[in-house]
Amino acid sequence: MPYTADKPQPKESREQLRARIPGWGADLDPKDRPSYPREQPGIETGAHWDFPERQPESWPRELSIEHKFLTPVFGTSTPPSGFSGVMRKYAYKYSEGRAAHWLILLAADRVNAWESHLRSFTTLRPDNPVTETGVLSEFSGHGVGSRFGRKRADLSHQWLDPVVVGAPWVLAGAGAVAALRALRLRRRR
Amino acid sequence: MRAMVYRGPYKIRVEEKDIPKIEHPNDAIVRVSLAAICGSDLHLYHGMMPDTRVGMTFGHEFVGVVHEVGSSVQNLKVGDRVMVPFNIFCGSCYFCSRGLYSNCHNVNANATAVGGIYGYSHTCGGYDGGQSEFVRVPFADVGPSLIPEWMDEEDAVLLTDALATGYFGAQLGDITEGDTVAVFGAGPVGLFAAKSAWLMGAGRVIVVDHLEYRLEKARSFAHAETYNFREYDDIVVQLKKATDHFGADVVIDAVGAEADGSFLQHVSSSQLKLQGGSPVALNWAIDSVRKGGTVSVMGAYGPMFSAVKFGDAVNKGLTLRMNQCPVKRQWPRLFEHIRNGYLKPSDIVTHRIPLEHIAEGYHMFSAKLDNIIKPLIVPNAG
Repeated sequence: MPYTADKPQPKESREQLRARIPGWGADLDPKDRPSYPREQPGIETGAHWDFPERQPESWPRELSIEHKFLTPVFGTSTPPSGFSGVMRKYAYKYSEGRAAHWLILLAADRVNAWESHLRSFTTLRPDNPVTETGVLSEFSGHGVGSRFGRKRADLSHQWLDPVVVGAPWVLAGAGAVAALRALRLRRRR
Repeated sequence: MRAMVYRGPYKIRVEEKDIPKIEHPNDAIVRVSLAAICGSDLHLYHGMMPDTRVGMTFGHEFVGVVHEVGSSVQNLKVGDRVMVPFNIFCGSCYFCSRGLYSNCHNVNANATAVGGIYGYSHTCGGYDGGQSEFVRVPFADVGPSLIPEWMDEEDAVLLTDALATGYFGAQLGDITEGDTVAVFGAGPVGLFAAKSAWLMGAGRVIVVDHLEYRLEKARSFAHAETYNFREYDDIVVQLKKATDHFGADVVIDAVGAEADGSFLQHVSSSQLKLQGGSPVALNWAIDSVRKGGTVSVMGAYGPMFSAVKFGDAVNKGLTLRMNQCPVKRQWPRLFEHIRNGYLKPSDIVTHRIPLEHIAEGYHMFSAKLDNIIKPLIVPNAG
């Protein structure tokens, strides 16, 4: 079709589409669509308060500096602790508009993971990279057959996943071995 | 209680945790009977979402039975079977009172740019999620709904996010009769968006992915034409050819932060965390929609910057529409569609995994093993 004022027409008519697709056109009228218009002032929500009662604050809760006050309800999963907690509290000195806020939080996440791995070695249930990565499902989930001969785009980077997971463990192991060797050498002298 | 617990990127395990307590008079505690892993949970699992803390329980798609209610709860009682939308919302702030439940201003102390989401990092409020035996549900009079007697529990759990989000994505496209709608991503949200586009009168629905088994599902479940982008030098040119060099009227990005198709974009976001997400699918959407068309963004992205081709969006005069889905607002209409047989959400469920094996479930979903599309988590499979 040349570039004219016409819009390309679908190959199938309304009747054909209705016969082929269950429910075709049931929401054709925008007024039947629940998010039309986008804002519906006065929508019934079930709230029986103008402003909710306030949840007690059991520790100094991290708060975006873009908020006027602590929200009346907030999550209480995993309060900040350790050095990662210090980093996280510091990150909340920056607004959500600053890259520093997010980059410090991401760095704190990595520190938090290592704090937790190390702490786990002092418990009866140390971290186990085999069970916790679920990698054994490679056998039950047909790891080879699911990947190869299937034109998957993600194979170009999937090899990086075990590097991301395993490299810090390998480096930590190498560091521990190096430290032990250094200790032995010092004792021999 | 037993609960899934995050241990760091790519690592989770099941631990014994305390049963959550009522912390606010309008809280309820729900005993989870069925949960799901969402594609967006993988962004947490891969360590991409800032302030994802070790010890958190993920899971924003779940249904269950009310175990305990706070003193001000009027609409629910112990023993009720409930479905819980992934949004936590107060029902009374400026945004909620206009139906923008996903933008609630009263539930997320950690950020103002996003509302509250169960089990989705502290950036989304720091609430534990439902991949566990019990979960705290704030604003019990506002969020949860009773599961209708006639509704299958697997359909109900898919209504808490995936189906509602796909349907919402199609709505944001402002589809008119006869429109050509292209959907990037044949995961659960993409499949539901494609299916919903027909309900809104699309004349043609095209789905793009690189996983052939998912494209097969798009053909059988969503009646869509499909393209595997790995088979073409340039999927944008292919879509232009397929639309008489016009472009699709509406394009829906149902991929989000870990889009494939560019090694550099993927690695810089997923592995190196230098971007809020890999915008490959979003950029393809911008390039393959027609001038003056609409791009609906349903894929989840992190809060940091991403390398989006904004200039093309400006020059083409596009309408870009996006939001987290206000789930509960979609339910009455979606209940009708399910009851009328137009939608059968549980048709996309491929795996039912006991909570004790959730680490394997995450790995399979992340690595796309065993033709996985939608895994459900069963807390008390024994």
